[in-house]
Amino acid sequence: MPYHEQNGTRVWQRRTRSESLTRWFGWLLSVAVFVYCWQQISAATTWFFVTDAPRIAGDIWDRATPPKWEYFAQLGRPIWDTLNIATLGTIIALFLAVPTAFMAARNTTPSTVFVRPIALLIIVSTRSINSLIWALLLIAIIGPGVFAGVVAIAIRSIGFCAKLLYEAIEEINEVQVEAITATGASRWQVMVYGIVPQILPAFAGIAVFRWDINIRESTVLGLVGAGGIGLQLSASLNVLAWPQVSLILIVILFAVVISEWVSAKVRGAII
Amino acid sequence: MRSAISPELNALIGQKWQRPPLVKRAWLRWMLMIGFAAYLIASFMTIDVNWTRVYEGLDRGAAFILAFTSPDFTSRAGDIWDGMVESIVMTVAASVVGIAISIPIGLGAARNIAPMPVYLICRGIVAVSRALQEIIVAILLVAIFGFGPLAGFLTLSFATIGFLSKLLAEDIESMDRVQAEAIKASGARWMQWINYGVQPQVMPRLIGLSMYRIDINFRESAILGLVGAGGIGATLNTAFDRYEYDTAAAILIIIIGIVMALEYLSGIIRARVQ
Repeated sequence: MPYHEQNGTRVWQRRTRSESLTRWFGWLLSVAVFVYCWQQISAATTWFFVTDAPRIAGDIWDRATPPKWEYFAQLGRPIWDTLNIATLGTIIALFLAVPTAFMAARNTTPSTVFVRPIALLIIVSTRSINSLIWALLLIAIIGPGVFAGVVAIAIRSIGFCAKLLYEAIEEINEVQVEAITATGASRWQVMVYGIVPQILPAFAGIAVFRWDINIRESTVLGLVGAGGIGLQLSASLNVLAWPQVSLILIVILFAVVISEWVSAKVRGAII
Repeated sequence: MRSAISPELNALIGQKWQRPPLVKRAWLRWMLMIGFAAYLIASFMTIDVNWTRVYEGLDRGAAFILAFTSPDFTSRAGDIWDGMVESIVMTVAASVVGIAISIPIGLGAARNIAPMPVYLICRGIVAVSRALQEIIVAILLVAIFGFGPLAGFLTLSFATIGFLSKLLAEDIESMDRVQAEAIKASGARWMQWINYGVQPQVMPRLIGLSMYRIDINFRESAILGLVGAGGIGATLNTAFDRYEYDTAAAILIIIIGIVMALEYLSGIIRARVQ
């Protein structure tokens, strides 16, 4: 137990001297890194704009209130498009994520040496790139519009769904699989009767969870031209129509809250 | 022993076994299926895909995929380096500030240690921060503070607060009360109580979550440049606009590499603290 002497008595302390010293140097290094980063940011900032910020914020607030409620009539189609991007994107992603997950899970993969690394690479690369970047790329390839948004959301979601799903597959109860195998079932029958019933609740939960996230993401895809309500947001921002911007932000906020509520309800019903 | 079997099971004897469906009530199952099919048809009808445009674009898609086999790190090396450094600087600064602010807010948002008014205020902050997406916050902050990494730094800090405070508060709420009580019984002041009774219990998870958030912050910092908030996003956007797929591929490979390295690092750190 670490202690130090004080007037001849031993007093307890939390760490030994060398531990404290290492920690102290760790903190010193972290603070130095942080200060360096902050100086970089500070050097790239026009501080006049920052001191002026409260006035600008007040100005924008004045322009944005009250929201232009009658503009809502034009938002029906974009909201429908946004919903479609999120839902169809999620469905396509699930179709692609299921085989990927089965190939990535240690207990179901056909080959740990060849197939599993490829599946893991698919998961990592689709997960680490944001849907906006995928949208940017797809717009360059297949042109702007809702379809590019659907594909962007689908690609981005594969990694997320497949990762959660393959973790669920790896955690299944092997006893049930063995029982089905013992009846003389083929590989596919083992899959359908032994593995799928065990991961079905997890699968439904993942699908709804990802749908919720995709609603959020699809609201902003329009900023780069991939359809949905973001197109209207970007158009309104470009012409500085702040009352329209505030209305769109309110709509997006509502969409996010509703989708979160739906997903929480459905997941509560499943689990 | 026939009588001990429940009547439902008795009725099933002699019938062919069927897999139980996911949704038990038949009418609800059919309603969901029909509703879903109707929705799918409606959505397919309203998406107008320009198939000729898609077909023409396939060449460019192939060109992009081929670009991954020969990424061009050199011809725009200066821009890529500047953008990456800016992204990393924003990530580090925003993570430090965000984590530092989210600890007191997380303490305030835990029902078992915070009084009601503080709890409501902190939960309100968390809800606002979680409801607004990074990119929208970034647009507003760029409009207010001007272009540059400061807007990105503030955006990421703000987003970190919502994420980390919520999860930290949930962790504190599910902690072991007994240990905290024992510290309190020894006559500890409030700060000592937090420091010796609460903090050791939530520290491993806090470190794990912080690592995860640094990872997310880096990924997000890659897109903030699209709206002028600094980072690699601006370079990436330019590369796409100029159809320089080999440069874009190089940037994407660097992003994937850094994310993988961060994930590996956070795995090691989480294994050590737990």
